[in-house]
Amino acid sequence: MTNPPARSLPASLRATPMLNRWLGVSGEGHIVLTPGKVEIGQGILTVLVQLCADELDVNPHRVRLQPAGTEHSPNEGVTSGSLSVQDCGMSVRHVAAQTRQVFLAEAARQLGVSVDELSVEDGIICGPGNLSTSYWELAPQIDLARPVDPEVAPKAVESRRLTGRSLPRVDVAGKAFGTRPYIHDIVLPDMLHGRVLRAPRPGAKLAALGEFDCTGTRLVRDGSFVGVICESEAAADAALRRLEAAASWAGGYDMPDAHDLAGWLKRQPAETSLVAERNASDPEPLVSLRRSYFKPYLAHASIAPSCAIAQWSDETLHVISHTQGIFNLRSDLAIVFGTAEEKISVQHAESAGCYGHNGADDVALDAALLARAVPGNPVRVRWSRADELAASPLGAAMTIDVGAQVSAAGDIQYWHHEIWSNGYVARPGRGDTPALLAAFDLAQPFPLYIAQDPPLAGGGGAQRNAVPLYDFPSWRIVKHRLLTMPLRTSSIRALGAFGNIFAIESFLDELATELDQDPLALRLRYLADERARAVLQRVATMADWGKAAIPDGHGRGLAFARYKNSSAYCAVVAEVDVNEEPRARRLWIAVDVGETINPDGVINQIEGGAIQATSWSLKEQVAYDEEGVTSRSWESYPILRFSEVPAVSVEIIDRPELPAVGAGEAAQGPVAAALANAIYNALGVRVRKLPLTRDHIIEAME
Amino acid sequence: MSDTSPQNRARESHMLIVNGQSYAFDDASQANLLDLLRNRLGLMASRFGCGEGLCGACRVLVDGQPMPACDTPLWSIAGRAVTTVEGLGTAAQPHPIQTALIAEQAMQCGYCISGIIVSAAALLQKNADPDEAEVRAALDDNLCRCGAHNRIVRAVMRAAAAIRSANEMP
Repeated sequence: MTNPPARSLPASLRATPMLNRWLGVSGEGHIVLTPGKVEIGQGILTVLVQLCADELDVNPHRVRLQPAGTEHSPNEGVTSGSLSVQDCGMSVRHVAAQTRQVFLAEAARQLGVSVDELSVEDGIICGPGNLSTSYWELAPQIDLARPVDPEVAPKAVESRRLTGRSLPRVDVAGKAFGTRPYIHDIVLPDMLHGRVLRAPRPGAKLAALGEFDCTGTRLVRDGSFVGVICESEAAADAALRRLEAAASWAGGYDMPDAHDLAGWLKRQPAETSLVAERNASDPEPLVSLRRSYFKPYLAHASIAPSCAIAQWSDETLHVISHTQGIFNLRSDLAIVFGTAEEKISVQHAESAGCYGHNGADDVALDAALLARAVPGNPVRVRWSRADELAASPLGAAMTIDVGAQVSAAGDIQYWHHEIWSNGYVARPGRGDTPALLAAFDLAQPFPLYIAQDPPLAGGGGAQRNAVPLYDFPSWRIVKHRLLTMPLRTSSIRALGAFGNIFAIESFLDELATELDQDPLALRLRYLADERARAVLQRVATMADWGKAAIPDGHGRGLAFARYKNSSAYCAVVAEVDVNEEPRARRLWIAVDVGETINPDGVINQIEGGAIQATSWSLKEQVAYDEEGVTSRSWESYPILRFSEVPAVSVEIIDRPELPAVGAGEAAQGPVAAALANAIYNALGVRVRKLPLTRDHIIEAME
Repeated sequence: MSDTSPQNRARESHMLIVNGQSYAFDDASQANLLDLLRNRLGLMASRFGCGEGLCGACRVLVDGQPMPACDTPLWSIAGRAVTTVEGLGTAAQPHPIQTALIAEQAMQCGYCISGIIVSAAALLQKNADPDEAEVRAALDDNLCRCGAHNRIVRAVMRAAAAIRSANEMP
């Protein structure tokens, strides 16, 4: 037997190769899946049910999902980067395929026939004549504690029955009836309620705690970490208000220059690195056009404030959390409490969409710190709206300069892209010190964890999608990662891809104007990749690009990217109305995610991502002054409302023979650039500063 | 027959009707309606989102009008009838809006959806034939972060059509 080509297996399965860690077959007629990735509103659970049921030939309702937990789930790292389908989904497909093979081999042995003579219908295994058995009958006799066999091939494309179809989501009905619980709804015996007081200014220390009425309240303080525990939520909220009045704070980080954030980013101490270069010469070629683009800090702005439950008993800690990485959270908690990871268990429970690294992990440490004061009692902590908007990690602000050298004949010969930004990843479980907010406030504090960027091969952070997909003959991409971090930054949907694609695709539009070329034609000229060309051509057809009559005061723009240069292809045409505050009226989107497992799920993710990106692009920026973040409510951090949402049409170019990739982040960058390009088309004004507000249009005209 | 004696009125003023059932509450209670629903009555479908009445996640019907439960003090709604999502429909007897939301797969994380169901139910109660702009206007105080807006609007239009055709039945 030849050594299996381990590379062909998805990363998650290589890390956890035992079948029984992923899947179990119950004698009662169920398949139990125990995936390590978690539902964050993206619909992954439904995709897993489809993939599993398809390979095993069972009805989807037989597949049950166990919430992820460190005690039983495979360690799949973090549910992020649009990797759930390609890592977890493909692992489940492979495990289910092998499970089927194991069961059929045993059925063939017991029935005295060959495997080829067997077929499966909803778990019933039928042979010639009346011979039959079932997964459920065989389950007690089969041990799935066996390693994955990379040689097992999942079903051929033409044999798939459930994948490629829009199976309704497994969680939607429960949400419509309000019966599917979120973490905020979990009530445990003897559970208490905690609240934590956050410094108004990042880095401030608790200078004094004045008189505080402790009636019915347990006060917990460790350095500048201070919180309350009460028997009810209402009492805890009231105690927090009393605590706020009693606390005085001192110091804090110097906030970025609110009047010139773009310039401030360039003035900070930074780690400079070469992201990529192609045929670049030294000294650098002179660029004939150079422009500077900017994106502000963004808030994740989850509709649910972060929440966690923690309980200590006999030196062991149990945490219920909506973290995107149960194992990562566990490892940071172990550092903070100086305990072995085995003494801590983290169980996942759903919350609202997080769109990246919000306060989910931070609130888990809050709960664990409070619960330590009341051993035996579970303590549930829920953040306030203000903390969710202001104390959660933010998406980093970026200044991005793009330049090009264009020959006299109008050919792009050299491309330069330079980024100034904080890192985009400060998730827990990555460093020697914890990345959890309260850890920086303890009496024995851990140092502030400065956000990093993974290498491009791992998806990158601020530099994600900084390398153009276009066939330019030479380029140089440089990144300056800030070493100061007065406003804490970490992953937000698409990471640096949002800003980088906004810059690249805006700049290409500027070049098209300079060269007097159609923006679509210019892009196609530098794209050999057939899948890239196909989404561009499809979206052009959808929007009747270059031919449609456009109303007065409206404009249209186009943009394209392949997410991470290795994932989904997405092309967007946007139509804006600039008669008043700029409004997106319509988005046309063509997308290629390889094999489409659930078409409606892909459309939902692309459409949702596009609407969120419209909100980011037209409305959003974190506001702050010298005393910290001031956008602390929905009034000061407005997001797109129903009446402002554009019509969105999405078409999928399905490629069932190609690997499936995620759809969750593909639309973010192209939407921003398409909107900016549409504003230029309408007004002849190039807005290089997000958000694309009337104020920034006026600033760009000056 | 209702008793309108002063003592009884006073007692009634300490009652609240939630999904058709009467509840008594303490006059001294400082709690808001959302706290009562979630923590004392175990009705979890109404969500906490902001505590300031700005996101719509906690919306309930009070005498048929959509209101945020999170900043509504109990004393201010004494004697009135509150309807939550649990009272609008169940899996066994779904409200047309719930049926339509499922048909349109009109959500992602779903945290905002209870409040949206409430706003939409209030709209369809008074206008069973809204146009798209009227639906959007009725939902404008409900925030959705996942971007399921257009699907939700389609679902409300579908529910309206279902209600109209049910009403037209002989």
